[in-house]
Amino acid sequence: MYQIIKQILKTGIKTETPPQADDSLRVREQEISAEILRVFGRALKIRHVDAGSCNGCELEIHAVNSAYYNIEGLGIGFVASPRHADMLLVTGPVSRHMETALKRTFDATPDPKLVVALGDCGCTGGLFGENYASCGKVSNVIPVDVEVPGCPPPPTAILQGILAAVSKRG
Amino acid sequence: MELHPLPGAAPAWQGEIAPHQLPACCEAVKNRGGRLVSLWGTDRRHLGGGFALHVALSDQPGLVCLSVPLDAANPAYPDISAIFPAANRMQRAAFDLLGIAPAGAADTRQWLRHGSWPQNAHPLRKEFDGGRVHSHDADVYPFVTVTGDGVHEIPVGPVHAGTIEPGHFRFSIIGERVLRLEERLGYKHKGIEKRFESLSLEDGAKLAGRVSGDSTVAYAWAYSMAVEGIAGVTVPPRAAHLRALLLELERLANHLGDLGYLGNDVALSFGFAQFWRLKEDALRASAAAFGHRYLMDLVVPGGVSRDIAPDGAAALLAMADALEPEVRTLKAIYDEHAGVQDRFLTTGRVTPELAARLGLTGLPGRASGQAWDLRAQYPVAPYDQLDVRMATHRGGDVAARVTVRFEEVFESLRLVRRLLDTLPGGELRLLISNVPAGALGIGLVEGWRGEVLVALHSGKDGAIERCHPHDPSWQNWPLLEHAIIGNIVPDFPLINKSFNLSYSGQDL
Ligand code: SF4
Repeated sequence: MYQIIKQILKTGIKTETPPQADDSLRVREQEISAEILRVFGRALKIRHVDAGSCNGCELEIHAVNSAYYNIEGLGIGFVASPRHADMLLVTGPVSRHMETALKRTFDATPDPKLVVALGDCGCTGGLFGENYASCGKVSNVIPVDVEVPGCPPPPTAILQGILAAVSKRG
Repeated sequence: MELHPLPGAAPAWQGEIAPHQLPACCEAVKNRGGRLVSLWGTDRRHLGGGFALHVALSDQPGLVCLSVPLDAANPAYPDISAIFPAANRMQRAAFDLLGIAPAGAADTRQWLRHGSWPQNAHPLRKEFDGGRVHSHDADVYPFVTVTGDGVHEIPVGPVHAGTIEPGHFRFSIIGERVLRLEERLGYKHKGIEKRFESLSLEDGAKLAGRVSGDSTVAYAWAYSMAVEGIAGVTVPPRAAHLRALLLELERLANHLGDLGYLGNDVALSFGFAQFWRLKEDALRASAAAFGHRYLMDLVVPGGVSRDIAPDGAAALLAMADALEPEVRTLKAIYDEHAGVQDRFLTTGRVTPELAARLGLTGLPGRASGQAWDLRAQYPVAPYDQLDVRMATHRGGDVAARVTVRFEEVFESLRLVRRLLDTLPGGELRLLISNVPAGALGIGLVEGWRGEVLVALHSGKDGAIERCHPHDPSWQNWPLLEHAIIGNIVPDFPLINKSFNLSYSGQDL
């Protein structure tokens, strides 16, 4: 125990100042945005859905949970069930084998809800594109509010995208 | 059988055999202690042939690729999954994608096809239009059911509770104890192999680097090694050095992340906080040195796409110097934490005997006494000068897989320093031109999970005729089913994480 406490004290606080929302990432004018702000404020629960990524985008989602970015400190947390979620964070081109699972997850998420598509693949289909096994971008399958490009998008870009979805247009 | 060496850095030989000779050849290799590395098929009908099956085996001198011509009308070959159990899913995938069938195989259920294309159509046949979308067929998968008093099933996935890739796990349990786990994968199948065939040899490296994004360096290197073999190009020493540096940085970052999650999974969130801070430091140093946190698109056919930044070496050395004592402290904390050790020890055990019989490979293999590490056994430049110390243990449990990771972290830190110290000058990239058509190139790289193989068949004018990227997860997923038997359901996330296998890399 002593070693653990010593290491924690030696490490100190690593959390950096969070970035601002990036409005340019917003792709859909939210009719429900006023409602969302009223309901969620900045206490936001996210369900991540990997709909067919290469697992690169997931690495950066893990990274936003690290002490440097401390996403929980912003009132944002990841939950295990879509029924507890306000937002779906979707990665990958949507594989056709995940199409149904993604739609079901979307339907299981209570209204009002938000969808953020992550990564070049989520925004455009990326290098995989659309084919016999891939539906391409996330918005081909479910409605998307915010798109965050990058391959993979770094943690600050992910935070900017999430914040853009839940903040008033600046 | 006549074997001829395949040109290139990988120590590989190729030989052609008739289908009926396949079992005997496999048997002979197995008896010498060899293993199945990969299995794939090709369509040669438009070239005037039929189909072909290719089986890559690890034998004493290196990799032996057996090519087996198959009849165009009835492309069947004798089952080899009775000899190498790891062949089971690979054969089923080869049938789904190409329609070549293992005669006499006990398990012929579909593997990668879930119903997104017609039952009798095979995407990797040349006449299959990859761009065409088909209506979904019903998707029924005959799981093996366990019956008995008090037995019940827990289905999990494809969407999991955490930030993990999608797959389906079906547990048959009695009380808390797992009697059987059956995996179903293929959810992420996105047509990667078909996509390769529409790319040039040059652009293929980008896609290879996205087969499994956490192993982007390993895949891009294996792919490039295959291209370079066909083209007869030896990469300049500086490029080879930089590639090894990138590969060790990739190993380091992934191991650090896993060590954090393994602490988290036994309720030591302190471990997650600490290791993910260190991982972030490593990623930032990589970005400072090479412009990308995960080092994507840096390894390209002919060499590397950019040099290390002027202050990159200093950033990496500072990171390595800061990291090493921290990881030592954390290792001591993990080692001495009774609660952590109680969860790690004897959990998810794969005995060395089982590992050898079923073909466990890579990192989990080394934790179960399977002493294979390409960097030590078949070292390609610059590993031939690095004298890599392989980490092996015989415990086969979560604790052993944690220990292998710790040891490989320290070894990668040593290699990073050595590589920076001895970085030669000179060119970064040679031009690849005049690639002969109809050739086979093999790339083989020890990624952080294990052996990544890329088999590349060249087409005309720098086109890709066929490309098969192989992830070591193919071999290891079936062993995860064994590792969980007799353990309790709440230990599954821990055991799963201790393997940390790729979904995308096997779903393709
Ligand atoms: S955007 Fe890049 S990192 Fe993300 S899933 Fe696509 S290829 Fe992988």
